[in-house]
Amino acid sequence: MNRREILRRTAAASLLATPAAGLLAGCATSGGDDKKDTDTYKGTKSEQNPLGVKEDAPLEVVIFNGGFGEEYAKAHEALYKEKYPKAEIKHAATQEINKTLQPRFVDGNPPDVVNNSGAGQIDFNGLVSQNAVADLSELLDAPSLDIPGKKVRDTLLPGTVEVGSYDGKFLVLNYTYTAYGIWYSTKLFTERNWQYAKTWDEHIALCKQIKAAGIAPWTYAGKHPRYMSWPLISTAIKLGGPSVAMAIDNLEPNAWKSDAMKAAADAWHQIVKDKYILDGSPGLDHIQSQTAWCQGKAAFISCGSWLENEQAKVTPAGFNMTVVPTPSLGSGDKLPFEAIRGTAGEPFIVPAKAKNLAGGLEYLRVMLSKKGAQDFTKKVSSLPVVAGATEGVELPFGLSTVAKALDASGSNGFNWVYNNYYRKLERELVDAACGEFFSGRIGPAEFLDQCQKGADSIAQDSSIKKYKRAA
Amino acid sequence: MRHGKYPLIITFLLPPLALYVLFVISPYLQAFQISTTSWLGYSAQADPVGLANFRTMLHDDRVWNAIGNNAILLAVVPVLTISLGLFFATMLSMGGRGDRAGVTGVRGSAFYRLVYFFPQVLPVVIIALLWREIYHPNNGLLNGLLRAVGLPAPTWLGDPRTAFWCVLAVMVWSNVGFYVVLFGAAMSAIPRDIYEAVLLDGASRWVTLRRITIPLLWDTVQVAWIYLAIAALDGFILVQLMTNGGPNFSSDVIGLRMYETAFGSESKFGYASAIGVVMFFLTLTVAVLALRAARRERIEHS
Repeated sequence: MNRREILRRTAAASLLATPAAGLLAGCATSGGDDKKDTDTYKGTKSEQNPLGVKEDAPLEVVIFNGGFGEEYAKAHEALYKEKYPKAEIKHAATQEINKTLQPRFVDGNPPDVVNNSGAGQIDFNGLVSQNAVADLSELLDAPSLDIPGKKVRDTLLPGTVEVGSYDGKFLVLNYTYTAYGIWYSTKLFTERNWQYAKTWDEHIALCKQIKAAGIAPWTYAGKHPRYMSWPLISTAIKLGGPSVAMAIDNLEPNAWKSDAMKAAADAWHQIVKDKYILDGSPGLDHIQSQTAWCQGKAAFISCGSWLENEQAKVTPAGFNMTVVPTPSLGSGDKLPFEAIRGTAGEPFIVPAKAKNLAGGLEYLRVMLSKKGAQDFTKKVSSLPVVAGATEGVELPFGLSTVAKALDASGSNGFNWVYNNYYRKLERELVDAACGEFFSGRIGPAEFLDQCQKGADSIAQDSSIKKYKRAA
Repeated sequence: MRHGKYPLIITFLLPPLALYVLFVISPYLQAFQISTTSWLGYSAQADPVGLANFRTMLHDDRVWNAIGNNAILLAVVPVLTISLGLFFATMLSMGGRGDRAGVTGVRGSAFYRLVYFFPQVLPVVIIALLWREIYHPNNGLLNGLLRAVGLPAPTWLGDPRTAFWCVLAVMVWSNVGFYVVLFGAAMSAIPRDIYEAVLLDGASRWVTLRRITIPLLWDTVQVAWIYLAIAALDGFILVQLMTNGGPNFSSDVIGLRMYETAFGSESKFGYASAIGVVMFFLTLTVAVLALRAARRERIEHS
C-alpha cells in the first residue's frame, strides 16, 4: 500500500466515522452538574467569622502572572494563613488563565479565587451568562478586616462596585484603580519649555510646535489601536456628558454616531491629517510604541496607569512620566478639563462552584484589608481600590501624578464598561476601526460607521447575553 | 515462527492505536458533536442547536474573509515553496557546470545546504518574533536596508496592503529549507548516469530540470504539495504572533478565527468547533484533490 492509498483510506474512514460522533455525546461537556452541596466547605458564621469560613478548609488561588507578578499574592496568602493557620493554601500563577482553567470550570471543579486578567482572560460575558461566578455582595456587607466600624463596601473607592456588577449583581472585584489618560515626559516638556494644553485647539497648536522641534507629537500601539479609542471616547464624554458612554455600553442604536462622538472623531482626525503621529506607528505593538515614546521620539501616548510599571526597565532616569486628562473641546464641554477616566481594573472572581467559596470571599476580604492593600501598593506601585491605602506609602513619580489626576477629577470622573460586557466589541471590532482611522485610511464618518456596525453586530447576535447599566 | 506473529503485532500495534484513538480520533469526533451545540465553554450546559452554527457561518463575513486568505495561501505558498525548493536543490546538487567535469553542485553547496536548513531548526514562535523585528517600521533590518539605498520605508505589518504578504513571505522562507533538503535527498537517488547522458546530449539546465529531474522526483513533489497545502490552511502561529489577523482583519486566517472565537475575544466553543469542522473538511478536500491532481505514472528505475 503506498502513501496515496493510506491517505485515501484514512479519508474514507473518517467520513464513515462521522455518524458515530453522536454516540460520544459530550465527553467534554458532561460532568459537573451533579456536584452536591456537601462537597463545599462551610464553617459557622460568627462576628469573628462573618463569611462562615471553615478554618481548616484548603484554599486554592490562581494568579495572573503579568505586570504585577505573583509576589503580592503570596503576601496576601500569608495574611490568610495567619488568620487560619490550619488552612492549606495552594498557589498557582499562570499567564494563560482561560486555557488552564477552562476544563476545571466545565468539570465543576474550579479554584476558589481566580485573578481573571491578561490577554488570556476568560471572556466575562461568557462566564457571567453561564452563572460561573459567585455573587460577592456578602463580601461587601461583611465588616472590613482592619478598618474598624466599616463594612467592606464603605472602604472601596467610588465606581468599584459598579464596574464589577452585571445586571445589578456584584460579581467581579477589580482590585486596582486605573486612570486612562495622555502621558508625557515632564523632563522633555521642561527642557523644551512646553506646557500641556487644556483645550483641543491649543493641543493642536502645541503639536505643531513639537513637530517643528523635530519630535513626533504622537505615537500609538498600531497593532492594538484600541488604545487610541480611549482618549477619543473620553473627549466625547467630556463634551456630551456620561450619557454618551452609557449609550455605548447599552448598545443603543447609533450610540457611536452621537453628536459628541462625531465632534470627538473630527477633532482627533486632526492629528492624523496634519501628520502629528510618528511615522511607522501603525506597525508598532504597544511595547514598541511605548519604547519609542520613552526614547523621546514622540511626545504623547495614550495608556492606562500600568504604563510606568510596564516601561520601568527602559525608562531613562529623570524621565518623570505624567498623566493628564484629554484636552477639552471647548467651553461647551459638560465635564471640566480635570475629568479623567478612572476605573477599577485587575479582576478577581470567586467561581460559583468553588469548593471553599467562603474561603474565597475571605481571601478577597484579606486583599481589601488596609494591611493587604498597603502591602500591594508597596510591592507593585499601583493603587488598590481601598480608600486611603496609599497613606504613608511613597509613590513613584508617574503613580503620584495618577493619584493627583484622580483627586482633581473627583466626582467628575467617568468610565465605560462595554469592553467588559462585550470583549469582542473592543478587542476586535473597535480595534480594527481605530487601526484604519488613526493610520489615515478612513475618515471620521467611516470610522464611526465601522464602530457602529460592530456594535450592531453584537446587538443582533442572540448568542451573546446583553447587559444594561442605569448609572 | 508464524505462530508468534499475532502476539507481536498486537503488542506493538494496540497501545499506539489506543493512544491515537484516545488523543486524536476522539477529540475530532467530539468536535463534531460540540459543533452542533451552543456550548459557551465554562459550564457543563451545552444545548443542541443542530446545524445553526453552520448556518451562522454562511453569513459570517469574518469567516469568509479568513477562508479567502487561506485560499490565497493555498494557491501561492506551495507553488512558491516547491519552485524555490526545486531551484535551490538543483543548484546544490547539479548546478555547478562549465568549469568542472561531471555532475556537481555549485561551489560551497555543502555550506548552503546547512544554511538553508537553519529556519527549520528554529521554532515557529522564534521565527515569528524574529521577523516581527525585521519588519519593524523604524528600527527593523528591512527598512534599514531600504533607507540605506534611499527607498521609501513602508510599515509592512501595519498596512493592510502588505501585512498578509509579509506573513506569506515568512511562511515560504521558513519552509523552503526543509524542501531543499528533501528534494536534494531525492535527487541523490537519481542515477548519475542519466544526467551524464543528457549532459552529453547537450541539454541545458532548464531542460534537465523540466524533463529529467521533476518527472523523476514527482512522488516527492506530490508529498511536498500535500504537506504545504495543509500548512497553508493553517498558518495560525505565524499570523497570530506577527499580526494577530490585523490590520482590519487583512491577514486573518481560519485557524485564528477559530482560536479567537473560543479563547480570544469570545468563548463560543460551539461555534468555534463548527469552524474547526469546516476546517477539517477543507483540509481533507484539499489533500484528496492534491492527490488526484498530482496523479501520474510512477517511474521505476533500478
